[in-house]
Amino acid sequence: MNDLASLFLRAAFVENMPLTLFLGLCTFLALSRRTGTAVGLGIAVTLVLGATAALNQAIYHFILAPGAWTWAGMPELDLSYLKLIAFIGVIAASVQLIEMVLDRYFPVIYSAFGVFLPLLTVHCAILAGSLFTVERNYDVTESFVFGLGGGAGFAIAVIMLAGIRQRLAYADLPAGLRGLGITFVLAGMMSLGFSAFAQMVVA
Amino acid sequence: MAAKGFFWSTLTEPLIRQNPVTLQILGICSALAVTTSLDTALTMAASLTVVLVLSAFFVSLIRRHIPDSIRLIVQIIIVASLVIVIDQLLQAYLFDISKRLSVFVGLITTNCIVLGRTESFSRSNPPVRSMVDALGNGLGYSMVLTVIGSIRELFGKGSLLGFDVLPTVDQGGWYTPLALMLLAPSAFFLLGGLVWAIRSLNPEQAEALEHVPPEKKESRA
Repeated sequence: MNDLASLFLRAAFVENMPLTLFLGLCTFLALSRRTGTAVGLGIAVTLVLGATAALNQAIYHFILAPGAWTWAGMPELDLSYLKLIAFIGVIAASVQLIEMVLDRYFPVIYSAFGVFLPLLTVHCAILAGSLFTVERNYDVTESFVFGLGGGAGFAIAVIMLAGIRQRLAYADLPAGLRGLGITFVLAGMMSLGFSAFAQMVVA
Repeated sequence: MAAKGFFWSTLTEPLIRQNPVTLQILGICSALAVTTSLDTALTMAASLTVVLVLSAFFVSLIRRHIPDSIRLIVQIIIVASLVIVIDQLLQAYLFDISKRLSVFVGLITTNCIVLGRTESFSRSNPPVRSMVDALGNGLGYSMVLTVIGSIRELFGKGSLLGFDVLPTVDQGGWYTPLALMLLAPSAFFLLGGLVWAIRSLNPEQAEALEHVPPEKKESRA
């Protein structure tokens, strides 16, 4: 139990997706103009990341991993090179599924972040979450926790960035630095702050 | 002659003026993560350019046969297959670098530049023209990676491509390496500075003020 909690904290803070691993930066920068959109994006990413990390890990473990087909008499079969296509397919399908379920049963939530859901198929952090779980040999529960932690970290970072950017709308910046330029500098400073967590040893 | 001029501008526009990274905010994730040293940056840039050009060619070739409703899935499958090929090649011939790039080669699949170009250009243009456009964008991306990669490796380790350029204190020289250059924040600062530099050279790219202070509004009116 303790292990899972520390895994969650590690995924959320020490290995913060956008600020220390540079994952999901496209949406991180493009959709952080308003806090409202940032909250919607953060929740959507957390949901999808948690679900797909666990699902993809299960698929990898039972179908693609080397030796997964031993019971069928094919111990040498190694399908792990197919993982990219399999993962991206699973992500696209689960995004579609979540969209349909939300649209049918929770129309309020759906209208709150409906726009972002299709975008998440090509969200680097989500594919990377699945790839990391394979690289580090997590089991299915650990993958789920890792996905949720990573998503929570992304949500925290994007909401904070949106808050700062909203204040900065009133600042008088040099013309070339306005918008994208200053956002990079801000992200750099936040990243400096988050690098303090790297010293945090989660026992 | 006109056709040649068109190809030329399709190729050179994305290098600086329409650079995919600094103007269109595409493909930033990998641009920052792999630039701690120049050799990984160059490998990544080359892989991305190859995937970009080939996927533009294939998507453009079958553009009339892809149904509109499933075009994203078709494009992603094409890109993912190409990325698998590149990944296997890197593992076979450049194993060290492929270990250091870890998941980022796989992430070319979701690199927004690839999907962005196939979606906005290859889908409505003939194969050769799409490949030229893809090559231009790939080179623009490579340029940003090379610049940031060289700065980070030069000041972070005092070397370029593994050769010592600035003799470091450890080895009896005079240069104290800046460890910050190898950490995440410096990549953000450098890219921010690059964006600022490019936008100062091309003032029309600067973004409009979101909020105009009252005194300025009066003086303008």
